[in-house]
Amino acid sequence: MKLTLKIWRQKSPKDEGKFETYQLDNASQDMTFLEMLDAMNEKLISEDKDPVAFEHDCREGICGSCAMMINGKPHGPGKEITTCQLNMKAFKDGDTIMVEPWRTNSFPIIKDLVVDRSAFEKIMEAGGFIDVDVAAVPDANAYPVEKHKAEEAFDAAECIGCGACVAACKNSSAMLFVAAKVSQYALLPQGKIEGVQRAWNMLMKMDELGFGSCANTGACETECPKGISLAHIARLNREFIKAGFTKLAGEKR
Amino acid sequence: MSNFFTSSIGKKFIMSLTGLFLIVFLIIHLTVNSMIVWDSSGELFNRAAHFMDVNIAISIIEPILAIGVILHLIYASIITLQNQLKRNVNYAALGRYKKRDVTKESNWPSRNMYILGAVIITFLVIHLINFYWKMKFSGDPLLEEATAAGGNVENAFALVTNKFQIWWYVGIYVIGSIALCLHLYHGVWSAFQTLGWSNRKWRNIFNVIGVLISVVLGGGFAFIALFVYIQSLI
Ligand code: HEM
Ligand code: SF4
Ligand code: FES
Repeated sequence: MKLTLKIWRQKSPKDEGKFETYQLDNASQDMTFLEMLDAMNEKLISEDKDPVAFEHDCREGICGSCAMMINGKPHGPGKEITTCQLNMKAFKDGDTIMVEPWRTNSFPIIKDLVVDRSAFEKIMEAGGFIDVDVAAVPDANAYPVEKHKAEEAFDAAECIGCGACVAACKNSSAMLFVAAKVSQYALLPQGKIEGVQRAWNMLMKMDELGFGSCANTGACETECPKGISLAHIARLNREFIKAGFTKLAGEKR
Repeated sequence: MSNFFTSSIGKKFIMSLTGLFLIVFLIIHLTVNSMIVWDSSGELFNRAAHFMDVNIAISIIEPILAIGVILHLIYASIITLQNQLKRNVNYAALGRYKKRDVTKESNWPSRNMYILGAVIITFLVIHLINFYWKMKFSGDPLLEEATAAGGNVENAFALVTNKFQIWWYVGIYVIGSIALCLHLYHGVWSAFQTLGWSNRKWRNIFNVIGVLISVVLGGGFAFIALFVYIQSLI
């Protein structure tokens, strides 16, 4: 099929950047979206032009690197899929597709569609780990966990850190990401111990890095490729408010 | 703790508490207003209004309400302004005029709480000047009119029903009520979510409560104004 692609091109973080329009004649509905971009890049290379820079790694929806805004939707059309899982069957012959990078001040553009998401790593460094001594890998049954808690923690742990939640949010808030990371530990025996302090540290880091506040619009939840629920944000709020009052009481936690 | 109230969740915590507090007040207010409908002689309403005027509890709550509105307004302005600054360049695919409305997947009120709030506060000022100020301070000839039961309570009923015979004044009420309805359509569930009381199950319950509160409050205030207006025509 024939496609018209409008792609954001930006040489460097400082470059102003602009949309370039490309025609691609040899796309097929059997391709994934990234394969279509690959085909386009091959065409650009054969024309001696600079290929479009975009991030990708696993190409099976687990690494979270293939971040891009397709026709104004993070990861393009379709529910709970990443760009690499997006099939070209979602488009028709003759379509015009607009591809842009995530837009938020906290994710500066490095080149074309590639943005710097190290802000997420800084949030993880602020508390996305378990610090209590849990010794060697314990026997699987040594820590009994209720099934529903295990499932909820597992749901949260599905977050792949892609940043679609931030990209979709009118406030560029990273609450869904932070909530997923806080929830993933808060429900389990080892993680629970530092749960309140972790929520405090990670949220304060999120604020410091320039992400906005949560208005509970739910845009993040609809656009998240892993279907992370707003229920996790409620848990983050709970843990954070608890942390606030613990600190008010002068206790160290 | 000091930085709790400057954190993003802390600011929202204040907005949710002040918002819920204002809702409780509005429910009481609507209950008093409904007397206009139950008793067309105005007797019930006048007594209720008088009770609200002289009641000690209400005099204590009044300044707290004022602080609540002001805090809600200040924090709303801070949050909205700060959030506007987080995305300097918007998505081209969304068009020039949708500066920060990234996705239409969320409902319209949730993305426009500040605009709705601005309509509410404009309405509130008009409302306070016309009723609260006159009853409390400046007085009005209509308030002096004899009440149905005689006695020495002010005739708030005359003041209110007189205003509600003016079509554009009723129009302002209807617009204010619609804005309130939409604000609470998102606001109620959002407040419980902010407080961390929501989860997968309660989210639906809070949503239903939110729709009920928004329709009862928004619809109620508009209905009373329209009721008096239509009665004055027949
Ligand atoms: C009677 C009046 C009002 C009531 C009952 C009310 C109620 C509420 C409630 C319950 C919330 C949800 C809080 C949360 O998300 O945690 C809210 C949010 C909000 N209100 Fe109001 N409100 C009123 C007036 C106003 C006014 C005058 C403004 C100012 C312009 C305003 C601006 C906002 C904004 C911007 C939000 C969303 C904040 C955010 O999520 O980012 N409200 N309101
Ligand atoms: S919460 Fe969802 S949208 Fe946000 S980073 Fe994780 S996987 Fe991506
Ligand atoms: S490339 Fe890994 S999730 Fe898409």
